[in-house]
Amino acid sequence: MRFTLNGVATDVAAHPMKRLLDVLREECGLTGTKEGCGEGECGACTVLVDGVTVCSCIVPFGQAQDADVVTIEGLGNAHGLQQAFMDEVGAQCGICTPGMVVAASVLNEDPSLEEIRVGLAGNLCRCTGYAAIYRAILSSARAGKA
Amino acid sequence: MKTALSTLEMRRATSVAEALEILRDEPRMPIAGATDVYVGLNFGTLPELRYLDIWALDELRTITVNEDVLVLGALATYTMMVASALVQERLPMMIEAARQVGGPQIQNRGTIGGNIANGSPAGDSLPVLAACDAVVVLQSAGAERRVKFTEFYTGYRKTVMRRDELVVAVEVPRVSGRQWFRKVGTRAAQAISKVVVAGVRGEGARIAVGSIAPTVIRLTATERALATGSLDEAMVALRGEVNPIDDIRSTADYRKRVTENLVRRFWTETA
Repeated sequence: MRFTLNGVATDVAAHPMKRLLDVLREECGLTGTKEGCGEGECGACTVLVDGVTVCSCIVPFGQAQDADVVTIEGLGNAHGLQQAFMDEVGAQCGICTPGMVVAASVLNEDPSLEEIRVGLAGNLCRCTGYAAIYRAILSSARAGKA
Repeated sequence: MKTALSTLEMRRATSVAEALEILRDEPRMPIAGATDVYVGLNFGTLPELRYLDIWALDELRTITVNEDVLVLGALATYTMMVASALVQERLPMMIEAARQVGGPQIQNRGTIGGNIANGSPAGDSLPVLAACDAVVVLQSAGAERRVKFTEFYTGYRKTVMRRDELVVAVEVPRVSGRQWFRKVGTRAAQAISKVVVAGVRGEGARIAVGSIAPTVIRLTATERALATGSLDEAMVALRGEVNPIDDIRSTADYRKRVTENLVRRFWTETA
């Protein structure tokens, strides 16, 4: 089945009901995307499908046919979000971090704290209390403007 | 995932006509955004193992107004509804509901048709549809019928739908009066409702509640009491027609009290 993965045309033979998360990790070797709850509650497995965030643990691979899939590996360091997460210590155990970064990557360029809260409402973190994550996103946005 | 992948099978439809032919010939569970499918598969409780993928049917991904009726295509997602000027203008309580379904990831995938067909008593959009007297449009190969939303459910996750039918749209007649929506869960985002209320205050009152009965319900006795009597009389009526249960998310007592408080708040805030 063909789809675009991080900008590259990709062909993977897998069961259409296999979770997109498992295809990414097991068939494509992209283990940056993490499994948290496995039922669409925590957002750890967030990736972009056709430009919008989805929980890859509840997307059947068959529905990714012809889609444009972007994972944490595909984001690169271009917008500095990852560096900002490190600088602000926006990660502790790290399981939620790839999902947080992917969700943050589709916020507008200069998000308010409220917009960040709403945009990341589908991403749970049990370590940080969120403040450092929000700081990282705010500082990344500021750096982007500078 | 407790359910073995090898026991599952999925076919993808590329048009509504093809989907209806497939459903006519073989029983399959249609899946759209799939936001509740893997929850069942994880627990090994989903009896359906054969699926029909309808996510690609863009002809159902529409929001239009036809002869003063708002028509939400079955594949309209919560994100689409939040962004829709038509929904904002005609059904603002649906925007409130859509914003509180899961987080953005779920809103991007979850569809109005899926919420209807899945039939969870906790479906957040369902009280909105019940309060505005919506009509569900069902199609099967060569046929179409319309069912009042308030007559769509026959029991816990049971509907009047036949196995060969597909929810293709839901029609919302113009709503006159003030619209009101509140969801009470454990936290603001990512919570399944303990109690969810949608109300319309026009000539009379139309009030629908989710998560307190096997299906979404209209509080018809409470509505009658509000139309003719005082709020206190309506509360007596409400206590007579609301009989929630204890379950994993809440208790009967809590749900009853919160329903009472929400209906009281609906009435005072829309005065």
